[in-house]
Amino acid sequence: MKVKEIVEILKAEILCEGNLEEEVKTACGSDMMSDVLAFVKDQSVLLTGLMNPQVVRTAEMMDMHCIIFVRGKKTDNSVVDLARQKDITVLATPYRMFTACGLLFSNGLRGGCDIS
Amino acid sequence: MSMLHLTYQVPGDDFTRAGEASSDVKHKLKKLGYDPDAIRRVAIAMYEGEINMVIHAGGGEAIVDIDPDRVEIRLEDQGPGIADVEQAMQAGWSTAPDNVRTLGFGAGMGLPNMKKYTDEMTVDSQVGVGTTVFMKVFPGKKE
Repeated sequence: MKVKEIVEILKAEILCEGNLEEEVKTACGSDMMSDVLAFVKDQSVLLTGLMNPQVVRTAEMMDMHCIIFVRGKKTDNSVVDLARQKDITVLATPYRMFTACGLLFSNGLRGGCDIS
Repeated sequence: MSMLHLTYQVPGDDFTRAGEASSDVKHKLKKLGYDPDAIRRVAIAMYEGEINMVIHAGGGEAIVDIDPDRVEIRLEDQGPGIADVEQAMQAGWSTAPDNVRTLGFGAGMGLPNMKKYTDEMTVDSQVGVGTTVFMKVFPGKKE
């Protein structure tokens, strides 16, 4: 799906606009950044309830292009400013983590780390 | 002498700035047209190391040497040292304070992640003196 479809599905507010036409296939939802860093498999979307510049750094290291803050959290400028420098889209959705992940999954987004 | 020799001071008092050195290395490797998989492995391993230095050691120094066939990363700190390196290497083992966990780290995955993404890694640590982590990444290897 395209990033702009995520905006619609999650009724999200765009806090920082990167490339909304970008095609994304996989996502990862976590508040622990080390867990995100532990399973690198071309995931392009990060859903999190954590809100600090390290979320953007983590996304940057992982080549993720879209961050979604769940539970309607509003972030401060330091997060958005860093995301803008790195050309990363930042969204805020009113849905909680479980629901936000479920909505994206049922619309075709996958986890990208199948268990073997 | 390596093709590109970089040194960074990692400030110990500012969590928000942790990762700047890794970000710069990633940027430089991209500019060099380095293997994308190797870039990501270097970026993640060095980033975890930077976070460790900020959380545990009050900052430190990162020295990076880039050559066509390898990237070497040396992270040196004068922190408290690691009493039992083998234990610290176990996934889930952590001595990080609770406030670090609220920042999204301290899950005991730092050193295991660094080992996982690099081709070679050594940890040299002395309690009360400091820790040096030396990592090598060869493009085209792993994953």
